Amino acid sequence: MSTVLQVTDLVVNYGKVEALRGLSLTVGAAETVSLLGNNGAGKSTTVGTISGIVRAAGGTVTAFGQDVTNAKPWDLVEMGIIHVPEGRRIFSRLTVHENLQIGGYTVRDGKAIDTRIAEVYDLLPRLAERRGQQGGTLSGGEQQMLAIGRAMIAGPKLLMLDEPSMGLAPLMVAQVMDVVRTITEQGTAVLLIEQNARAALKVASRGYVLDSGVVTIEGSADRLRADPRVVEAYLGA
Amino acid sequence: MEYFLQLVLNGLFVGAFYGLVALGYSMVYGIIKLLNFAHGDIYMLGAFAGYTMLTIGAGALGGGSLVALVVILIIAMILTGTLGLVLERVAYRPLRSAPRLSVLITAVGASFALEYGIAVLYGPNPRVYPVGFGNAAIEIFGARLTWAQLFMMLVAVLLMVALDTWVGRTRSGRAMRAISQDPKACLLMGINVDNVISRTFFIGSALAGAGGVMAGAYYGKIDFLMGFIIGLKAFTAAVIGGIGNIRGAVLGAVVLGLLESFGTAWLGSEWRDVFAFGFLILFLTVRPTGLLGERVTERV
Ligand SMILES: Nc1ncnc2c1ncn2[C@@H]1O[C@H](COP(=O)(O)OP(=O)(O)O)[C@@H](O)[C@H]1O
Ligand SMILES: [Mg+2]
Repeated sequence: MSTVLQVTDLVVNYGKVEALRGLSLTVGAAETVSLLGNNGAGKSTTVGTISGIVRAAGGTVTAFGQDVTNAKPWDLVEMGIIHVPEGRRIFSRLTVHENLQIGGYTVRDGKAIDTRIAEVYDLLPRLAERRGQQGGTLSGGEQQMLAIGRAMIAGPKLLMLDEPSMGLAPLMVAQVMDVVRTITEQGTAVLLIEQNARAALKVASRGYVLDSGVVTIEGSADRLRADPRVVEAYLGA
Repeated sequence: MEYFLQLVLNGLFVGAFYGLVALGYSMVYGIIKLLNFAHGDIYMLGAFAGYTMLTIGAGALGGGSLVALVVILIIAMILTGTLGLVLERVAYRPLRSAPRLSVLITAVGASFALEYGIAVLYGPNPRVYPVGFGNAAIEIFGARLTWAQLFMMLVAVLLMVALDTWVGRTRSGRAMRAISQDPKACLLMGINVDNVISRTFFIGSALAGAGGVMAGAYYGKIDFLMGFIIGLKAFTAAVIGGIGNIRGAVLGAVVLGLLESFGTAWLGSEWRDVFAFGFLILFLTVRPTGLLGERVTERV
């Protein structure tokens, strides 16, 4: 299996706070990998560092065989490493359509952008209905769909989703996970960050559990679901 | 009636100048939330750039013809645009993550540096602009508008329409609007935020520079402090329209121009600046978001 992403011994500090203390993980081609962990474990820091908006103090990030540690975010986007941030970060005063267009900022071919936007509207008809509306007027679930749709316009080879289910009603969570599954089935590698382990492990084939900036448990989704530590901490009834 | 129309025309003319300067003020505030105090001085530099070219190159360009003025306008815009871009690089970018007050103080410092730099180079006395437009005018229902005024208003409107199209329809313009909302998210869209900020400074400064050349050609006299008051006026216009809002800046400038025109006709010209700054204070207290201030019902 060829690897899309390889993170080795990553160290990140915010001033005196050690957010990551030697974290390692890999994502293979067309694989969906889940990153689980409680609030403050270092999940967002991990994706932020991969996408170039947080500086690594140590360790390496390799994508598609290339060293991209502390590379510029726009170069990473151009390589197809797309990060859908925590809290969705929709441009609330741009229309839905403009939000999608800006997702294709690094795509030179205008036709390709239009084709992809049409595909996103097919996949997420709610967005098509609201294409002229300002992003900020959408509901939380719709904003999450828009954030994912916006990422798709960039033509991701590795899609990193930071807690897409956060703050959503259960029905909406299921819909978001369906979209993630569709993306996976199209062959895009996905790194799915979740506190909602139950939902994430239904979609992912493998997973890592993060605690205080290091990986404490890793394995296939089935193994994680059966691991008593995971059950107790993240799947408890 | 004629008098009324005359006041409207005067107001619109002054508003067009204010608008050119207010646009840059508002764009820069929108994108990096900086009140660029040096912006009025870029306008002044535009006037001096035009002056220099007219003095040195008048012969080559054929004196005070309209064609020469347009060529000089374009060159002055490129010069002031570049200067604005360099100012951002050198003075503001290193302070991107510093407290707002530090950047504001830097901007005031930059303003002084530009003003007194020009005072050193050109001397403190006003210079006479070596281009004069006659007083040939057209009459519209009895109100007078000189051809020069008409021409300058047309150029201003043309520049504003071009800017509005750029901001509203192009990829860079969209990026500019996105950065003004969430620069960090823009990084994740693959936008080279620094480049777009540079471009914004270039465009805003070029517009101010154009305003400077026009002011020189119209009023006939320039001096190193001419940017100070207009900077404050442009800021007022931007606030009235809703700072950060491009169309608002133009609207605010026109409103301010009209208010001044009617206000001075009513109370006397010594009240002109009192009017402008009275409205600034009024808006800041009563409606800080301005006439077109951005509001959107955001759900979380
Ligand atoms: N910008 C920041 N400045 C300082 N500390 C931060 C910052 N972002 C995150 N942290 C700290 O780093 C740790 C990891 O945070 P984060 O990566 O956001 O965790 P998670 O996404 O798993 O909830 C936490 O202790 C958090 O308080
Ligand atoms: Mg997080």
